[in-house]
Amino acid sequence: MDRVWLTKAGLHLACGLPLVWLFLAVQSGAAGGDPVQYIIHFLGMGILHTLALTLLVSPVARRFRWGWLMRVRRLLGLWCFTYAALHLAAFAAFDLLFDWQLLLSEIVKRPYILVGMVAFVVLLALALTSPMAMQRRLGRRWQSLHRWVYLVALLGPIHFWWSVKSGNWEPALYFAGFLALLLLRKPWWQAQLRRWRRTPVTSS
Amino acid sequence: APLHYQGSQRYGIEDALTPEDKVISHNNFYEFGTGKTDPLHYAQEFKTEPWQLVVDGEVDKPGSYSIAELINQYPLEERIYRMRCVEAWSMVIPWLGFPLSQLLEKAQPNSKARYVAFETLYDPEQMRGQRSGRVGGGINFPYVEGLRMDEAMHPLTILSLGLYGKTLPPQNGAPVRLVVPWKYGFKGIKSIVRIHLTEQQPPTTWNQLAPHEYGFYANVNPAVHHPRWSQASERRIGEGGLLSAKRIATEPFNGYGEFVADLYQGQDLRRDY
Repeated sequence: MDRVWLTKAGLHLACGLPLVWLFLAVQSGAAGGDPVQYIIHFLGMGILHTLALTLLVSPVARRFRWGWLMRVRRLLGLWCFTYAALHLAAFAAFDLLFDWQLLLSEIVKRPYILVGMVAFVVLLALALTSPMAMQRRLGRRWQSLHRWVYLVALLGPIHFWWSVKSGNWEPALYFAGFLALLLLRKPWWQAQLRRWRRTPVTSS
Repeated sequence: APLHYQGSQRYGIEDALTPEDKVISHNNFYEFGTGKTDPLHYAQEFKTEPWQLVVDGEVDKPGSYSIAELINQYPLEERIYRMRCVEAWSMVIPWLGFPLSQLLEKAQPNSKARYVAFETLYDPEQMRGQRSGRVGGGINFPYVEGLRMDEAMHPLTILSLGLYGKTLPPQNGAPVRLVVPWKYGFKGIKSIVRIHLTEQQPPTTWNQLAPHEYGFYANVNPAVHHPRWSQASERRIGEGGLLSAKRIATEPFNGYGEFVADLYQGQDLRRDY
């Protein structure tokens, strides 16, 4: 049994089973008499969790020198996009009941929904450019495009923060977590600092 | 437990009722958790006996009433009202109750009584949300609400002791709660232990937590939007599954303008949201 295959199978289960659980919870009524917000929130948390897993791959691979682990990153990224698509679809279908005009006006008028849509558009672009053929075609630009996931890692928790009525300790926790994940990318943000400051920085 | 009542009023609202199972399983009652199903799961052991509802403050005859006394003194009637939550969903609920004005008149408000303040029970033993900010959504307890005197005395404003012909389930605010159909749901304070008449406008919990989002008046108003929800439309929860709900336009005063609009003559409801 090849460890990449095993890891991929495990991750598919880990990302897919929650959706099965959600379906059963809604069917059985465990999600309450009106599960619309329950579903939308559940899927939203799914986005944050799969995004965190995606951003954990390269630090873990670097730490344990498991180069092979990088081959599961795309799978996690696509699961993250899947949850994002389902989250948006659930909002449009169950909450707005396909009132597309309302969706547009909500995007414009509700700050937290605008932030959510920006993050979704970025995830969509990354999903569309995830096939190997695209990676070859874009070459070096592929890397800089896919770094936009860092923006999603910040917009996600902000979207979450602004969407809750109160008790925003949980979004703050996620924000801190994603900030930490971004700080793990020390080489990347140090490069940004150098470029902004235009002065040579002697690396430690 | 079944409740005896006479008569039923709809005030011209002919909408279909929201099924009972949804009314009792989709609640905002942060004393038991911030999830919509938390009240259903965590409130079942909530003790509603013995209960004392105190009426005091700027009144000549303060008093304290048990639920049985309320039922004996004030004949209940059914009020089929729309209930519009600030989160842009709504229901149609057959409440059982009696006009708040009857209770207030008995207490004989004095000349200084210009507002009515309400307070929910504070009992962290029974209400898990009151034990921890995390579970209770970070709002400060006990939950308080308030009405202006003329709003409190309006015939549509009721104290409800039941719904669907039975006593209130714990998750809906047993044993007694406020129902003000032309205002957002958060004005309908649950499990009331004290009604206090005051001269100054009393604090209200959500207004204290986020003053720029939740007002004291909180009249249903499609023209005044909330940072998180369009108030121009609502999702009406009714029969059937997820896709059977209907997105409908929100009416000023939740459709009760004909009865209550004159309360706010000359008032800018954009400022007094």
